[in-house]
Amino acid sequence: MEKPKMAMYWCSSCGGCEEATVDIAEKILDLANLVDIVLWPVALDFKEEDVEKLPDGSITASLINGGVRLTENEHMVKLLRKKSKIVVAYGACSAWGGVPGLLNLYGEEELFSRVYNEVPTLENPEKVRPQRSTRVDDVELKLPDVLPRLLPIDRVIAVDYYVPGCPPTPEVTWKAVETLLSGNLPPKGSVIGASGKALCDECPLNGTKPDKVLVQDLKRPHQVIPDPEKCLLIQGLLCLGPATRGGCQALCVKARMPCTGCFGPLDRVTDYGAKAASFLASIVDFQDEQSIEKVMDRLPDAVGTFYRYTLASSSLGGRTRRNKT
Amino acid sequence: MSDQFEPKIALFACNWCTYAAMDLAGTSRMKYPPNFRVIKVMCSGRIDPQFILEAFRDGADGVLVAGCHPGDCHYIEGNVKTLRRMALLKRIVQSLGIEKERLRLEWISAAEAGKFVKVAHEMVEQIRALGPLKPSVQVRV
Repeated sequence: MEKPKMAMYWCSSCGGCEEATVDIAEKILDLANLVDIVLWPVALDFKEEDVEKLPDGSITASLINGGVRLTENEHMVKLLRKKSKIVVAYGACSAWGGVPGLLNLYGEEELFSRVYNEVPTLENPEKVRPQRSTRVDDVELKLPDVLPRLLPIDRVIAVDYYVPGCPPTPEVTWKAVETLLSGNLPPKGSVIGASGKALCDECPLNGTKPDKVLVQDLKRPHQVIPDPEKCLLIQGLLCLGPATRGGCQALCVKARMPCTGCFGPLDRVTDYGAKAASFLASIVDFQDEQSIEKVMDRLPDAVGTFYRYTLASSSLGGRTRRNKT
Repeated sequence: MSDQFEPKIALFACNWCTYAAMDLAGTSRMKYPPNFRVIKVMCSGRIDPQFILEAFRDGADGVLVAGCHPGDCHYIEGNVKTLRRMALLKRIVQSLGIEKERLRLEWISAAEAGKFVKVAHEMVEQIRALGPLKPSVQVRV
């Protein structure tokens, strides 16, 4: 019997999701036994034209990581959609924009001038910037265009399933692959591989969390050495566990770092950052405006804190208007 | 008909105070601008920050959240939760390029029809001066 075909592709991402895929370790051999990988740019030498030659709908599942920021990303996700039965948004960037989605706070010009002119370690006296096309020996070389914003892939193509995480852990990845190959598929739009409950539910410190968490001050991780036996929230660290989907087995909390929300929203939440902000508002133990403002002032960057992984998929998708420059 | 900009403002009004104040303003024949799209909620504490961001996304030029004075909440402390949420939300919307005047929180009791009318006039004028909240970035789908 012919093995099911699988494709993995990266768009606007850091490559961490590819690392995470390899992190399933020796199971990668099981994966190779179970499926035929037809595209995986980081590891195998298949090209776009190989995918184009495949009949439509012939790939059983495509796992796409990274959001859509370049016209090339757009072209590839549309191509993979056409060739695949199932498209999976793999990782936070693909599902909600991820950290690169925070660039939606800035305009294209701010992005280019930062990257090609202002970065302190940069050596670019001629202020060279990438051109859309250039001629070398009568051959025209082209680079893809940059889109005005980063989009999660479900704003460009229909997405069947989501695998959360920055990056998804090996356990989550393997569980998702098993679900996809089982034939027993959950409803479209589901998150697969992860938990249906908030992170606190699987956190080893959950037992130390009081029924009503109240904080009077917020601390940042570099300002305090937390007690490893006590819920980080009651120690004043802003752990986003209560607003975030579980499935990671509380890896960060086990390393005494508060959850930053990379597993994203729970079901039926449309705007993760708004929900996370609402959660913080509910635990601040003050009634008067002045004290409340004082606690909130301890957050250096509200959008960066609550929308670290989800800005591009939020209600407003980023900055609504460009800074006047 | 004048062609001046008429802002659309979403008003989330608590059933127990502001909504009654608006009613009182009406029965007292006070005049206030018709720019508000009123959404009655049982408590200002019911207003999920998601609602406010969705209102901006769907074309509101401003959002007014109005509830009972602190201490007067029908559910004891729902309005205090709102106060804390709004403190964060104001920071968030400003970072997202929305002027802080576009998101306003007011305590208006059931007896304060006059205050409601005053706030309504003020907010419409402020937002009219700011102009429409038109996103300059068109998100392609």
